[in-house]
Amino acid sequence: MIIGVPKEIQPDEKRVALVPRGVEALKKMGFTVLVESDAGIHADYGNPKYEEVGAEIVTDASELWSRSDIVVKVREPLPHEADLLKSSGTLISFFWPDKNGELLEHLSAKKATVLAMDCIPRITRAQKMDALSSMANVAGYRAVVEAAHSFPHFFTGQITAAGKIAPAKVLIIGGGVAGLAAVGAAKGLGAIVRAFDTRLAVREQVESLGGEFLELDFPTEDGEGGGGYAKTMSDDFLKAELKLFAEQAIEVDIIITTALIPGREAPKLITSGMVESMREGSVIVDLAAERGGNCSLTVPNEKIVHHGVTIIGYTDLPSRMAALSSRLYSAGIVHLLEEMGGAENYEVDMEDDVIRGALILNHGSITWPPPKPRNPGPAYSVDTGPRPDDEEKKASTPEPPATTKPFGKIILKAISMIVAALAIIYIGTNMPKSFLSHFTVFVLACFVGWQVIWNVKPALHTPLMSVTNAISGIIIIGGILQITQPEINATVILGAAAVLLAAINVIGGFLVTNRMLAMFKR
Amino acid sequence: MSHSLVTIFYIVAAVLFILSLGGLSNQETARRGNMFGMIGMLLALIAVTASDAVTEYGVLAIALFPAVLIGGTLARRVKMTEMPELVAILHSFVGAAAVLVGLALQLNPSSHEGLSPVEITIHDVEVFVGVCIGSITFTGSVIAFGKLKGLISGAPLLLPARHLLNIILVIATIWLGILFVGHGDNTFTMLLIALLITGLLGIHLVMAIGGADMPVVVSMLNSYSGWAAAAAGFMLGNDLLIIVGALVGSSGAILSLIMCRGMNRSLPSVILGGFGTGDGGGGSVATPDGEVTSIEVEQTAALLKKAKSVIIVPGYGMAVAQAQHTIAKITKKLREDNTQIIFAIHPVAGRLPGHMNVLLAEANIPYDIVMELDEMNHTFPATDVVMVIGANDIVNPSALDDPNSPIAGMPVLEVWKAKDVIVMKRSMGTGYAGVGNPLFFNENTSMLFGDAGENVDAILANL
Repeated sequence: MIIGVPKEIQPDEKRVALVPRGVEALKKMGFTVLVESDAGIHADYGNPKYEEVGAEIVTDASELWSRSDIVVKVREPLPHEADLLKSSGTLISFFWPDKNGELLEHLSAKKATVLAMDCIPRITRAQKMDALSSMANVAGYRAVVEAAHSFPHFFTGQITAAGKIAPAKVLIIGGGVAGLAAVGAAKGLGAIVRAFDTRLAVREQVESLGGEFLELDFPTEDGEGGGGYAKTMSDDFLKAELKLFAEQAIEVDIIITTALIPGREAPKLITSGMVESMREGSVIVDLAAERGGNCSLTVPNEKIVHHGVTIIGYTDLPSRMAALSSRLYSAGIVHLLEEMGGAENYEVDMEDDVIRGALILNHGSITWPPPKPRNPGPAYSVDTGPRPDDEEKKASTPEPPATTKPFGKIILKAISMIVAALAIIYIGTNMPKSFLSHFTVFVLACFVGWQVIWNVKPALHTPLMSVTNAISGIIIIGGILQITQPEINATVILGAAAVLLAAINVIGGFLVTNRMLAMFKR
Repeated sequence: MSHSLVTIFYIVAAVLFILSLGGLSNQETARRGNMFGMIGMLLALIAVTASDAVTEYGVLAIALFPAVLIGGTLARRVKMTEMPELVAILHSFVGAAAVLVGLALQLNPSSHEGLSPVEITIHDVEVFVGVCIGSITFTGSVIAFGKLKGLISGAPLLLPARHLLNIILVIATIWLGILFVGHGDNTFTMLLIALLITGLLGIHLVMAIGGADMPVVVSMLNSYSGWAAAAAGFMLGNDLLIIVGALVGSSGAILSLIMCRGMNRSLPSVILGGFGTGDGGGGSVATPDGEVTSIEVEQTAALLKKAKSVIIVPGYGMAVAQAQHTIAKITKKLREDNTQIIFAIHPVAGRLPGHMNVLLAEANIPYDIVMELDEMNHTFPATDVVMVIGANDIVNPSALDDPNSPIAGMPVLEVWKAKDVIVMKRSMGTGYAGVGNPLFFNENTSMLFGDAGENVDAILANL
């Protein structure tokens, strides 16, 4: 069987569907591989590298298409490319059947078979072929790099001779593959990372990468849908969500949004008001740009600056890391073909969940969407953000919440400060010098105590109590100073009793502390 | 010894006391810190005994000799589970000593010699304040001791109009104080009456506080005993007493604050007592119900054997059952099998700040596997088995998710996130706060009923 790898002709597409390593693997499975000349040139895989592993280089695209039984591509074919596919041929690529219905009809007329890489179900067994995840991973990383490139400060905090530099604060909306990759990458650069997702299970994943999981001030509602996507949340929840984003926008330097609804326009989560509330120099990277963007100001494929805030709407982030993306995509293709039996036992098995999910066209008959009960994955009934029909409700920026304290507390604080000030003035004007010197000692000792005690480990609080018991036995001095009188009188007796009690404290306190501390062993 | 030399000795002693508290910032330096404290105390005593003011060594010896015996015996004999009681009774001694010093000073005919009228007034105020604080500390600590020892019921005593009673007692004390200060001779009776009234106040304040609030009470009394010593220092014009009193006073205040934060309650609400008497948010409290899964000792042992990581959450129940030694043996056994085992300590577990740590240390459990709340909460999800021994409120999830719960907002150990939770408990009774615990009804929670001491023995035998 012959597999053909054409050069991607969509503008700005630098990836290639198979890298030399993939060619090698397919040859072992018994396939013959044709590669269009310079197909991998932008991903740093030149023709010689393919020739080295035994691929045949074909200069003419139409020749390649017509000779191949299976054509593997990254992007869905343009109409004139689709025409080149030989009758009853097979195509494997990203396809997005929900928005490329016409193309699907077109190929159907050619009795073609199409396996869409974007329709591979997100089940455990299919992870090795899940190109959406591997591309999302790259996109999440690249989003952070793009943000860092446009952000005029460090990510990590530093203390330099020239002053302190605060670490950047990064907010990541959506904790899917791309979101988590972004959390990891931003954390790796030293930023303070916060992430939000409606699915509570994401919390652990975010925290395991060192990010802080933001929670809504809202009664617990778990947004776990299925197939790794979130379900639609209630209106109140959405309001709380937008309020959270509005609060965060004021605080953070970088926002990376990853809320995508396959088949629908992306939810608008960042309003122009929120953008304007951000500091100048801040950066928004909108990974949903291709679907209209999560930020209302996003221009797909452009980097724009609005109110000093850079908004990046690149839709080709994986393609910007073409060598790595191609390698990951190629691995997915190889695993898929392996799953289908290699060259010898090649078969489109309708009983296989993974193949059935990816199969959108079978010998000209449209098999998309796959039957639901078998495959909840690709038929996304779920999203990570608001429903499109909520759009009008959240058009305006929610007011950031007032941060003022209750009025009564301020009054109380003011009164107690005034009282303290008056007391100090009174002491200063009316008290004799002898008292003031003791008072000075007292106040200073209180402060020293306050500072020292906060350093005590909670584990040592019991020894702390017994040692303070012992040293508060210092009151023994008060007793000792009383016992020397001209004669034995009440003062002497009371003083001696005080000495007795205080001495028990001193001896008992120190000894028991010693006993306790001796027990603390590593 | 000249006056200046005595002062220098005092300064050195004060520095040594500060170093002694500073040494407690970690376990390695703690013993050295205690040594500094002892040296400081010795220097202070040498200085005061050698000073010109003291010549009656016979009386001193008569007072000191029994004290050394009693103190030494107490320190040697006390069980670690009885530390709260010991600390409480030692507080009462400081309070009593402050009262005695105040009274002695008042009766001392020479105490007003060479003072200006203003200074006499100040001196009187100092004596009065010192005696009053000492008296509250004394009676309060005695009651706390009784409650901890079980001589008095641990339940809060809630008299009708108890806040009013407190206010009346305070006003009466202040009024007596005004009468006492600057009114010449016949004032000793007033001082005694004030002593009685503040004594009553101390009794009433502590009676109104329940058993599990004891960590706060004991820390508060610790603080009071410090202020009492500081007040004595003011009366005698002795800076060393003032410094030490201030150190101890702020130490107790910080401990109370830490304990209150551990329960998410304000200091006044704890001091005024009466926990859980209708000061909730007004909404109804959700009562958890559902199926409780109980588990046997054999299954528990099997679970522990299988687990890769185990966290043990001890509470007051462990101290009561004296289970720490057996638990130490279980720990040793599991660690030999390469199971990772950690203890998670809630700030208010037990009846004394840091009580659990001392008990575990006594049982030879290395302190580097004993962790605090904030270090622990993120590790529960990755843990196979959590064993809760005699703790309830500190592992109650409703503190986080039920805003109407009386313990809402209290930081808790999030044990329910672990794969399996075993709760050792005597029965299904509620904890101190009287709040039902939804943890017990969780699917991944198994209850091991019965006496904790016997159960841990049986688990050890099954390992």
